[in-house]
Amino acid sequence: MEKRVVFQSRWLPFALVAPQLAITLVFFFWPASQALYWSMLIQDAFAAKTQFVWFDNFRDLFTDPHYLASFKVTAVFSVLVTVTGLAIALLFAVLADRVIRASKLYQMLLIWPYAVATAVAAVLWVFLLNPTLGILTHVMRALGYDWNYLLNPGQALALIVIAAVWKQISYNFLFFLAGLQSIPRSLIEAAAIDGAGPARRFWTVVFPLLSPTTFFLLVVNVVYAFFDTFAIVDAATSGGPVQATSILVFKVYQDGVQALDLGGSAAQSVVLMAIVIALTVVQFRFIERKVQY
Amino acid sequence: MVERRPIGTIASHLILIAGIAIVALPLYVGFVGSTLSFDQVTSVPMQLTPGTHLAENYADVLLHGSTKGSKAPVGPMMWNSLVMALCIAFGKIAISMLSAFAIVYFRFPFRRTCFWMIFVTLMLPVEVRILPTYKVVAELGMVDTYAGLTLPLIASATATFLFRQFFLTVPDELAEAARIDGAGPMRFFFGILLPLSRTSIAALFVIMFIYGWNQYLWPLLVTTREDMYTVVIGIKRMVAGGDTLVEWQLVLATAMLALLPPAAVVLVMQRWFVKGLVDTEK
Amino acid sequence: MAYGSNRIASIVAGLALAGAATAAHAVVEIQWWHAMTGANNDRVNAFAKRFNDSQSEYKVTAVFKGSYPEAMAAAIAAFRSGNAPHLLQVFEVGTATMMNAKGAIKPVYEVMTQAGENFDPKSYIPAVASYYTNTKGQMLSFPFNSSTTVFWYNKDAFEKAGIDPNTPPVTWQAVVADMAKLKAAGVACPFTTGWQSWTQLESFSAWHNVPFASEQNGFAGNDPKLLFNGPVQTRHIANMQDWLKKGYFIYAGRKNEPEAKFFSGECAMMTTSSAAYGTIKQNAKFKFGVGTLPYYADVPNAPQNTIIGGASLWVMGGKKPEEYKGVAKFLMFLSQPKIQEEWHEATGYLPITMAAYDMTKASGFYQKNPGTDISVQQMIVKPTTSSRGIRLGNFVQIRDVIDEELEAVWAGKKTAKEALDDAVRRGNELIARFARTAKAE
Repeated sequence: MEKRVVFQSRWLPFALVAPQLAITLVFFFWPASQALYWSMLIQDAFAAKTQFVWFDNFRDLFTDPHYLASFKVTAVFSVLVTVTGLAIALLFAVLADRVIRASKLYQMLLIWPYAVATAVAAVLWVFLLNPTLGILTHVMRALGYDWNYLLNPGQALALIVIAAVWKQISYNFLFFLAGLQSIPRSLIEAAAIDGAGPARRFWTVVFPLLSPTTFFLLVVNVVYAFFDTFAIVDAATSGGPVQATSILVFKVYQDGVQALDLGGSAAQSVVLMAIVIALTVVQFRFIERKVQY
Repeated sequence: MVERRPIGTIASHLILIAGIAIVALPLYVGFVGSTLSFDQVTSVPMQLTPGTHLAENYADVLLHGSTKGSKAPVGPMMWNSLVMALCIAFGKIAISMLSAFAIVYFRFPFRRTCFWMIFVTLMLPVEVRILPTYKVVAELGMVDTYAGLTLPLIASATATFLFRQFFLTVPDELAEAARIDGAGPMRFFFGILLPLSRTSIAALFVIMFIYGWNQYLWPLLVTTREDMYTVVIGIKRMVAGGDTLVEWQLVLATAMLALLPPAAVVLVMQRWFVKGLVDTEK
Repeated sequence: MAYGSNRIASIVAGLALAGAATAAHAVVEIQWWHAMTGANNDRVNAFAKRFNDSQSEYKVTAVFKGSYPEAMAAAIAAFRSGNAPHLLQVFEVGTATMMNAKGAIKPVYEVMTQAGENFDPKSYIPAVASYYTNTKGQMLSFPFNSSTTVFWYNKDAFEKAGIDPNTPPVTWQAVVADMAKLKAAGVACPFTTGWQSWTQLESFSAWHNVPFASEQNGFAGNDPKLLFNGPVQTRHIANMQDWLKKGYFIYAGRKNEPEAKFFSGECAMMTTSSAAYGTIKQNAKFKFGVGTLPYYADVPNAPQNTIIGGASLWVMGGKKPEEYKGVAKFLMFLSQPKIQEEWHEATGYLPITMAAYDMTKASGFYQKNPGTDISVQQMIVKPTTSSRGIRLGNFVQIRDVIDEELEAVWAGKKTAKEALDDAVRRGNELIARFARTAKAE
């Protein structure tokens, strides 16, 4: 993975990396280390008085049933978003792949939610599912189902899952479609000649060959559910009701900015950092192996 | 498919069309809502055909903002979003290309260290270091500035990674030829590498533009003056008015405005975008 | 100023132009960060403009900075980088945080006395000012927009249900009777409440003269223990759970979301802030009335007084003396009876001085708009140690905790006693954390 032919210069490479390194140091390493430092302090909102308390913030976090509940909410939310998002996208991709001629058209029509900001997606779905005004609410009421996500924790969770999945379908679809189209037709034909029906062909030939894509999307979706969905929670439910939609990243914001508890919020950030690092390591361990040059 | 199964094909089309309908539903309803008056949009059930207030609502919102909640007009917000998105897209591409070039085409001490330092930023999205970053930006006096909005988001390494992968696939003969010709590294960079990377740059531009335009948490913290709001934040601040009824027709008009530029960018550059996206992560 | 030679004069003139900030008649800029939206935003700007127009030494610039938490976060960040505003509007639950930020804030009484203003704390309405004073009676922040908890009701709905529209229920027992009548007349939502923690627990406790927390509700110390799981409060929350089950009480949100249900006509009765007046007047298409917050007649000493909500203006530290002079002048301007009267009549926020109240009375406003003096009447009583207000560290989070526990009660997951006990336990932990930072140096 190295170039055979390189250029020689004493100073040029340093000059070239300097801008990125500078920004990385100032806006990445410095704040990250600050977060680590703050997580071991108790301070008042103005940082006028600080007290070093070692791991007390972490201890308080992990003995707080509501923080642990937030873990559970985040886990459930990620699983729902990932599984639903992947399943629906896979279905669409398989069907679009089947309809080869029009697949470019379908691709274009299914792609654009990628461009929509998660906050905008949230606002649109809040409008559709608004307890008083929403069209879908109206339809559900007509069918006898009372929808009010401001009061019902399960419904609030459903709302943010729907908004999150809606936005992510296009991304997953793109990758699945590309993955499907890169599977050699000869393999599928061979299986057909052997007498396998379409369903069998899918599960024994196509799906295994799709597994790198699937695995990659799995990690991406989990990271998406963990972080990019902040906007959805903030715009739609603010973590309620009864903290049913209080995902970890939202709690970091809520405790840090609204409740001005910097130590606790920093400790939560550190925990999140650990999770993301673990996920990234997993992703690169398993995926980069498949890349050949 | 291998066999010819017309029923299967028809069913596929139907399901896909249904899928597209569901995906398009929020957008359609949102659009209709943005063309209605306040009374029409808050009546239940809301009508499903576009109304007549399109021009009025959009003009209202661009020039005056909503009258409840935040009162900032959306026009300046669109401008802020545009500046932010373009700065992030160009900024990221520029510094990443340079860094990737250095790392791939040079041998220098601490090369590996530099690489890992940049690589590490992939692991921590901005949400995880949000408050300390805010503090750093505040101490640098960059709150409510374009610099504060964009610089911390240029820090991550996705583009560097992409360019690195791409440069590694460029045939060595080209660099060899350049050296033989006596061209310096920068000549090689601008004359040969840059044109070759056009597709990647285009794809990255789309991705970064959308990323920058759709940013939420960071601008929420770093802009406190109404004239610095981005359009995505502006929507939230309209909905969170809380005190009185939300003026949905204006909120939806803003939402439509907010998603037009990124959607336009995606559709226009679809070909490069798809190629770039799929190739990026592989 | 006459000088001998032309040259000196022109140099001096040049310096005066260049160093405008140090010249005697340069305008001192005062930054005021606030969280007022909609019509109140306009009024705030109007006040600043009037003050600026009335004199030429100081210029107040009012800047909207988002919601209360956002404005506070912005000010803190600005303070750390040396760019704090002069005046910051902070919601009442942020009082303890601000109080403890020595150096970051300058107590109002200090600002006023140092600027030599004729400042008389006794001219302020007792129960309003007491929230923002310390135990020595010194005013720490300036009560700007204070509201209190009142009872709104739909007069047309009352008539339909056969209740006299001019006698709102005064006790909770009477409210229950009315709820039943309204439900029988087909009203889907007889009663709802906004700001549940404030109306049903905090102000409720003060109104019944039972403590919310020890150490004089937190005024006398930094580490009080919460007491709102006492018998009176528990009984009330249990009653509310009962009403919810019967369909008398509909829960619609933690903050002011329920207000929309009232002025849309859906809910017939509501306890919430008196400052909802402006919105209700603008949107309600029916005749509405306002009464005092209901109480339980069998609780001794009830009714006492209600406590305020809203926000106050804090003066930030680290500014120059001439700037503080301007701040003091502006605060005196805001205390003028005429200004207070206008603010009170338009918004439903309380007038902060007795003079303003008298002026409003004399103008006949209360006769023309019956019920708008209810809020004031609930406050011009000398407060007791249990009713002058609540001061707790991490109060924002404590309110969230209370909201969550109450939601668990409404969802039928906990009994009133369990929820309140849990809320007290969690709240005490939050207070202890805060006390640690307050003690740290």
